[in-house]
Amino acid sequence: MTDVIVIGAGVCGTAVARELSKYKLSVMVLEKEEDVCVQTSKANSGIVHAGYDARPGTLMAELNVKGNRMMEELAQKLDIPFVRNGSLVISFEKTASELERLYEQGIRNGVEGMKILTGDEARAMEPNLSKEVKAALFAPTAGIVCPFELNYAFAENAAVNGVEFRFDTEVKNITKTGNGLELDTNQGVYRAGYVVNAAGVYADVLHNMVSGQKIRITPRKGEYMLLDRGVGGFVSHVIFQEPSKYGKGVLVTPTTHGNILLGPTACDIENREGTNTTAEGLSEVREKALRSLPGLPLDQVITSFAGLRAHEDGHEFIIGEAPDVKGFIDCAGIESPGLTSAPAIGLYVADLIAALAGPERNPQFIDTRTGILDPKKLSVKERNRLIRVKPEYGNIVCRCEMVSEGEIMDAIHRPVGARTLDGVKRRTRAGMGRCQSGFCSPKTMEILSREWKLAQSEIRKSGKASGIITGIVKEDRKEDSE
Amino acid sequence: MKKELVIIGGGPAGLAAAIAAKENGVNEILILERDHELGGILNQCIHNGFGLHTFQEELTGPEYAARFIEKAERLGIEYKLNTMALSITKDRKVTAVSAKEGMFEIEADALILSMGCRERPRGALQIPGYRPAGIYSAGTAQKLVNIEGYMPGREVVILGSGDIGLIMARRMALEGAKVKVVAELMPYSGGLKRNIVQCLSDFDIPLRLNTTVVDIAGKERVEGVTLASVDEKGRPIAGTEEYIPCDTLLLSVGLIPENELSKGIGVALNHVTKGPVVNERMETSVEGVYACGNVLHVHDLVDFVSEEAACAGRYAAEYLAEKRSGISEREVSRIPVIAGYGVRYTVPSSVSVDRMEELLTVRFRVKDVRRNCFISVYADNKRLVHIKRPVMAPGEMEKVMLKKKELQAYKTADSVTVKIEEAED
Repeated sequence: MTDVIVIGAGVCGTAVARELSKYKLSVMVLEKEEDVCVQTSKANSGIVHAGYDARPGTLMAELNVKGNRMMEELAQKLDIPFVRNGSLVISFEKTASELERLYEQGIRNGVEGMKILTGDEARAMEPNLSKEVKAALFAPTAGIVCPFELNYAFAENAAVNGVEFRFDTEVKNITKTGNGLELDTNQGVYRAGYVVNAAGVYADVLHNMVSGQKIRITPRKGEYMLLDRGVGGFVSHVIFQEPSKYGKGVLVTPTTHGNILLGPTACDIENREGTNTTAEGLSEVREKALRSLPGLPLDQVITSFAGLRAHEDGHEFIIGEAPDVKGFIDCAGIESPGLTSAPAIGLYVADLIAALAGPERNPQFIDTRTGILDPKKLSVKERNRLIRVKPEYGNIVCRCEMVSEGEIMDAIHRPVGARTLDGVKRRTRAGMGRCQSGFCSPKTMEILSREWKLAQSEIRKSGKASGIITGIVKEDRKEDSE
Repeated sequence: MKKELVIIGGGPAGLAAAIAAKENGVNEILILERDHELGGILNQCIHNGFGLHTFQEELTGPEYAARFIEKAERLGIEYKLNTMALSITKDRKVTAVSAKEGMFEIEADALILSMGCRERPRGALQIPGYRPAGIYSAGTAQKLVNIEGYMPGREVVILGSGDIGLIMARRMALEGAKVKVVAELMPYSGGLKRNIVQCLSDFDIPLRLNTTVVDIAGKERVEGVTLASVDEKGRPIAGTEEYIPCDTLLLSVGLIPENELSKGIGVALNHVTKGPVVNERMETSVEGVYACGNVLHVHDLVDFVSEEAACAGRYAAEYLAEKRSGISEREVSRIPVIAGYGVRYTVPSSVSVDRMEELLTVRFRVKDVRRNCFISVYADNKRLVHIKRPVMAPGEMEKVMLKKKELQAYKTADSVTVKIEEAED
């Protein structure tokens, strides 16, 4: 029997797990996929929202502002790329009433330093902004974070502090027992005193397995495009559009790695696995982004993708013990600003469980984590010393992002290490660049196969059925002729 | 470390440039190659058809490369393998890294850029759908099959009829895969005619023109793609969708010269070719920096890469000789060479009548398929060249020769224009 089982290894689940590892509790994370950060957390804007969007008085507003304030220290401790670059909500309207409403809301939510700018003032900050921009709400506390890295950092730090991870483990049913909960999974039965439901777009399914008070989560698809780092200087702030007669706008933002990200759209769908992009969605992203920045170099798009937000009917985070299920703690409906709020959600849930279970503090808790060593950030002397000790750091595998074999090996061997091509990509950026892994994937496959001692045919992209190769060349033909 | 000439990339262009430079008196040459062997992409091109122009015989890619590698070895040209050039400054300081030597700097008196090109990925096309395993650029699939010995899939749809796509259609068919269709957005193939015949027709693989992929199904591995016909602007036509079950989608949708290092140097780039702007000496906008091969503009035939690269090597050697003998860069007047009607671009994009040799090869591509048209060259309004061609296609690079003695009279012309003219009645 485990003290706490967290379902879902996304950014919320791992944030909760890490906070729980500060206590003397046995904690386990169950994830139905093969890695952390493979569903909602992997496909989002990477924005640290200032906090003027959420309705005052909601948990969403509270945790957004709190999460934002926690980000600096967390980024430092966990070695996560984070930049407080500020955001602009731009308006094309003559009257700035919507911006004023957001400003008022921000004040009530405790957002500091906001200012309403004229179009010209906004253009002075962002010279590529459209001439049509009449006003903007500037929020200096907004920022950008690497969403993958935040998720990996929580998971790795949790693992170092004793949290166990079980991948490819899907919860099929949950039942109440005398002293806790029983989880029926494809990998056998798990028992826990407390269960944290951080299952993203499946959080309602899990909740409804055990609670009579039903909730409903709708997958809300958001489509994105990513531009080459070569044009990364095109914008420096997060640029939102004020909702208008053209509908909800899309944002344009630099990423912490120097790309430009455009999106997301917002479209409610049925399929909880529907992460496909659509012609309509991509064209909406293009058109709306061009409205903010008419000169946007859309010929520099290197990839597009879609993510699913876990939208709850009431558009509010549902965090807390289910009223009719003792020990079942929901962490549901975590859509934007979920990433920003994740550190605060982790703390909130851990406090809640601590209050219920009354555990002792873990005196051995290690609160720092070091990310994958990036040789590019070293001086020539340090880099050469590193290459002498471990020559793989001198062997560049991904030529677009200049990622070395040493970094890929680090990604594989660190706690909760990469097992797939996409796992390596999101941890190291190998394959994330302008050729989109065309050159490096055969080499990365070779490294994965060597380090995990797996046949190349067992190397996957992401997901059980995502094998990269279907066989060996002449063997295939022999089989066919037999 | 100091070298007279540093060559970035040891593929066909780098090798031919190095050999020519050596034969023209450059002693200290260093080739930096990121792969574990010289020869570049030729090493994975195990089909034949290389070298018809250069050697009057049909070689495989590795055989063609071997001839140049052996010659470079014989001439004692130095090279470093597994070495990545990280950055280059305007004054030709190259920073590179390798596992063996760590990070190091080379000061070069002259540089030749021969980094080749990369394939345009799915993301750049913004094809909607899922992002499963089973989508490969044709060159990646070629590497998996020919170098690594792995099959990337069994039921294949190919988007794009560029040469690598055509070659891979045949390759996959020969290895027992079912190649269901090659779809091409344009009304004509982007590949060489001989490849369409030898790789598609001979294997009964259908080529569907004016067709694109509008959806990719399969969350983890490709399960099928939806094809649709496109209108004259390349937009999918509603109602023409057809779902084709397959486990693999290969993309052969264009090659992009890899000029990230060139941008760092400050070399001016041509927005059509995406390669450096060069003059008749293959020299870029930065003194002492030359470019050749697919980093300059994407070629169809390696023979012409070798020919062009040899020029770059020779001119770099001349530049170094002049530098040694104290001749500084002379003020030279150059006439812009302009891509006129029907022509996408020209290489070079300027010519100095004084500095050119007796004959100058101008390479170019036409914008669309042309039958019974003329290639014409004008110096201002005076027509110097007028050659009838039965058929010209964007997939086949064209060339036209300029004669120094003809241009002598037009030294002060505003431009030299290469254009396509309809047949006159």
